[in-house]
Amino acid sequence: MPITLEQVFRDEWGRVLASLIGFLGDFDLAEEAAQEAFALAAERWPRDGPPESPRAWLATTARNRAIDRIRRDRTLAAKTRLLEVPEATEDEMDETTIPDERLELIFTCCHPALELDAQVALTLRTLGGLTTEEIARAFLVPQETMAKRLVRAKKKIAAAGIPFRVPPSHQLPDRLAAVLAVVYLVFNEGYGGRGDLAAEALRLGGALAELLPDEPEVHGLVALMLLNDARREARFADGELVLLRDQDRALWDGERIAAGRRSLDRALALGGRGPYALQAAIAALHVEDPLDWPRVAALYAELAALTGSDVVELNRAAALAEGGDVEAALALADGLDLDRYHYLHATRAELLRRLGRVDEARDAYDRALALVHAESERRFLERRRAELGAP
Amino acid sequence: MKEDGMQYLMLIHQGDTPTPFDQEAWGRLSPEEQQQIYADYQALNQTPGVTPGLGMQPPELATTVRVQDGKTLTTDGPFVSVKEALGGYFVFEADDLDAAIELASRVPAARLGGAVEVRPVVEY
Repeated sequence: MPITLEQVFRDEWGRVLASLIGFLGDFDLAEEAAQEAFALAAERWPRDGPPESPRAWLATTARNRAIDRIRRDRTLAAKTRLLEVPEATEDEMDETTIPDERLELIFTCCHPALELDAQVALTLRTLGGLTTEEIARAFLVPQETMAKRLVRAKKKIAAAGIPFRVPPSHQLPDRLAAVLAVVYLVFNEGYGGRGDLAAEALRLGGALAELLPDEPEVHGLVALMLLNDARREARFADGELVLLRDQDRALWDGERIAAGRRSLDRALALGGRGPYALQAAIAALHVEDPLDWPRVAALYAELAALTGSDVVELNRAAALAEGGDVEAALALADGLDLDRYHYLHATRAELLRRLGRVDEARDAYDRALALVHAESERRFLERRRAELGAP
Repeated sequence: MKEDGMQYLMLIHQGDTPTPFDQEAWGRLSPEEQQQIYADYQALNQTPGVTPGLGMQPPELATTVRVQDGKTLTTDGPFVSVKEALGGYFVFEADDLDAAIELASRVPAARLGGAVEVRPVVEY
């Protein structure tokens, strides 16, 4: 299959833009120059055939365009503090001389001094190459709002001196966690139905795994995303959510599951016991048949100890119940501080029902129904409550 | 993301931080804790790149002035609430925001119930 222009652009945009930002120290100038180079490619390549190295061609062309622009506008040169404007090179840069600075770029985009929404938008724009309009559509905000968000973020990066570099080792764990959170947030936005965002998150995750091959949590996140994404097609039937045990396994993507398991093995081999590696290990157990519920519960216990999250404890309770220990599950759920969380009451209702405590189960369903928002979940709860019969 | 250094105004907001201006709250700290706070501020002032600010009296002693329709209105207290008011400042010349964040995290007020606002200075 011939490689399409769109594919080349998708693959190269982030790298070309990152090296331009590293060279110019200016997001806007870099973005404009990259856009010009990609537009020129779209015009010339179909006519003259693609160059031998598309990446080198794009990087050289964009760099020369930027230098031309600086020359035309010396005041801009002063602003960007390029004391000496380098000569535009006629020769294409060798592919090996183009530094891969995507890692520097993603750490800049996901800097905690930017608000989370802006981190996400900027990452998708610069590394993913999505247009402002595409990002706006994906996050259901007006294009103008998204454009303002991006402008403000870029302005802050320049004015506040947010560095373009990979953080030193004493900052790396915290800052990498911020990067992974952004990628996972993009994935989850996509997992709710907008598949293009999930694909984008997988692409970003893959790039991170390539750039930081020794970080277990990066592989853990990639594994988690692959294992969840593999079940995408089976999660909905006629617009209704399908529970794991009712999913049509023929719709699962076996290749994705295998790739997810490989990433998980890599994370574990690197000693990964962080939140993403643990969630991926749980996701891997979920695609096994029969499902080893006691091991799932044990992993949730480890995850809860790590995160201190009562929501994770609730999942552990559900796993304990599936493993047969309904009494222990109920005792655990009863001790959680999640009174405003409808899943707590829905879970308690199911556990009480299994224990034959019908009146208490009915009350718990009522509590859950009072808190639930999604229409499909409401119908499900009402159905379950009705099955208990009249009081 | 500039090649050369940046200048930051480091604005210290005391919030709930005990300070010697409130002897009762200050007295609840152990002598060791009090000494540590003085030592930390001294270390900050001696950090390369730091230009110490002027010492400020507490926000309770501030006077706020507005002009409406040409008339000067004077009120007792700071513009924002006392807890949100500026308690002190210094200037830090650094490579980038990460360096400023690291230094800000060493300001005692940041760990004692207050916060440090890092504000880049306009460069012409």
